Amino acid sequence: MKFSLATLARQALRGHQDWPEQWRSPEPKAVYDVVIIGAGGHGLATAYYMAKEHGIANIAVLDKGWLGGGNTGRNTTVIRSNYLWEESEAIYGHSHRMWPGLSRELNYNVMYSPRGHMMLAHGHHDEIAFKRHIYANKLAGIPNEWLTAEQAKAFCPIINIEPGIRYPVIGAALQRTGGTARHDAVAWGFARAASARGVDIIQNCEVTAIRRDASGAVIGVDTTRGAIGARKIGVVAAGNTSPVMAMAGMRMPLESVPLQALVSEPLKPVMSCVLSSNAVHAYMSQSDKGELVIGAGADSYVSYSQTGALHIATATLEAICEIFPILSRVRMLRNWGGIVDVTPDRSPIVSKTAVPGLYVNCGWGTGGFKATPGSGHVFAHLMATGEPNAIAAPFTIERFRTGKLINEATAAAVAH
Amino acid sequence: MLLIRCPYCEMERPEIEFKYGGEAHLTREPKTATDEEWTDFLYFRDNTRGELAERWRHAVGCGRFFNCVRDTVSDKIVVTYKAGESRPAAT
Repeated sequence: MKFSLATLARQALRGHQDWPEQWRSPEPKAVYDVVIIGAGGHGLATAYYMAKEHGIANIAVLDKGWLGGGNTGRNTTVIRSNYLWEESEAIYGHSHRMWPGLSRELNYNVMYSPRGHMMLAHGHHDEIAFKRHIYANKLAGIPNEWLTAEQAKAFCPIINIEPGIRYPVIGAALQRTGGTARHDAVAWGFARAASARGVDIIQNCEVTAIRRDASGAVIGVDTTRGAIGARKIGVVAAGNTSPVMAMAGMRMPLESVPLQALVSEPLKPVMSCVLSSNAVHAYMSQSDKGELVIGAGADSYVSYSQTGALHIATATLEAICEIFPILSRVRMLRNWGGIVDVTPDRSPIVSKTAVPGLYVNCGWGTGGFKATPGSGHVFAHLMATGEPNAIAAPFTIERFRTGKLINEATAAAVAH
Repeated sequence: MLLIRCPYCEMERPEIEFKYGGEAHLTREPKTATDEEWTDFLYFRDNTRGELAERWRHAVGCGRFFNCVRDTVSDKIVVTYKAGESRPAAT
């Protein structure tokens, strides 16, 4: 069913009793051309673009839980592309340029809101690092600009720019096209659009083994819902990538750590942008519901527990109270953790592997949400054709052997 | 917050006294290691879902590195032991 004003009017006259399910929930077939492991945003986008642009619709997307129930539903929904290196600018820029048209593309409102992403500078080193990013971004055609402290306060009036605070604000980098989208809607929109093109989304179906033939090539997976054959397998399992790849005998350049976030009670609108501060480690935006969505730090240790230690959240809230004194009495409603797969150079891996037929899209670490459409788009090309396009080509596993790393460790909006 | 027993101080102390050191028992032969062995040593990790041997440093205590076996699903610490000792059996 295509969503439109006419559809809405028709359903209203019928008392909204006829809305169909948004995607099919079929029984798994015996064999597929492609099996994607992980029904988060990136996996669903991969399936959608493979069906749409490469004519491969005999695809199953498997998830051990429910779709969008991992990091897709746990992140702070920040969208931006102000990365340092050309390779990053290409892949994040590609994704960023897809967001404005995504709701129309999917016929599903993903609530993309380019409200501006502002990073506060608190000292000389912040300033020179941010200006380096701004100049690099300008060369790559990525919008990014420098603001004085007064301009930053005019853009986001609730920040404290008093010179006497522990980390005074001396300026900011602003990407006006940065913003947010509704994370669940992105997963649901891709799921609905992929399902409409014939992709089978199979939830509550945990992969327990990857099957290979005598030559080592993949031939399918064992799951909690039986064996499923596959000519190609794409692993898009975020924090659980290492355990899944281990099923094919592969060790990965990844460490999985909990990244924490919090939301406050709903407030009337107090800020219209996404604001982050690298030095004191806090980032925040306000959802349409009025909750302040706050990104905290990552725990230092490997964990799959989807929770973390309170001292991490406490440190972030202390920073929030200093930057936004107006919020010091606001109560937090919930906090949680998502397991993020972090690479040594903090850049993703979109790559073939040494195992024939096995592909992997991982390592998006603490900032994968923004890349959802672009990541799915380039990974679909890689899986369909067997070769990466120019955007995906630098993001191989091989780069850790050749040394051609894409070091974005210092380029994140906050330090992780 | 984890409570970690430092095997040198012989005390259970809060996590904020420690710095994480990543996977334990990674070795290489500097004079003979191939590119592949160096790559593996520098970048590739087991990233175990389950019991993982890892390094911690009692940064604001005795300052020494030691090893720890922890279940990465429950975050429960199984055992801590001194650097240079091999991983205890049955962990």
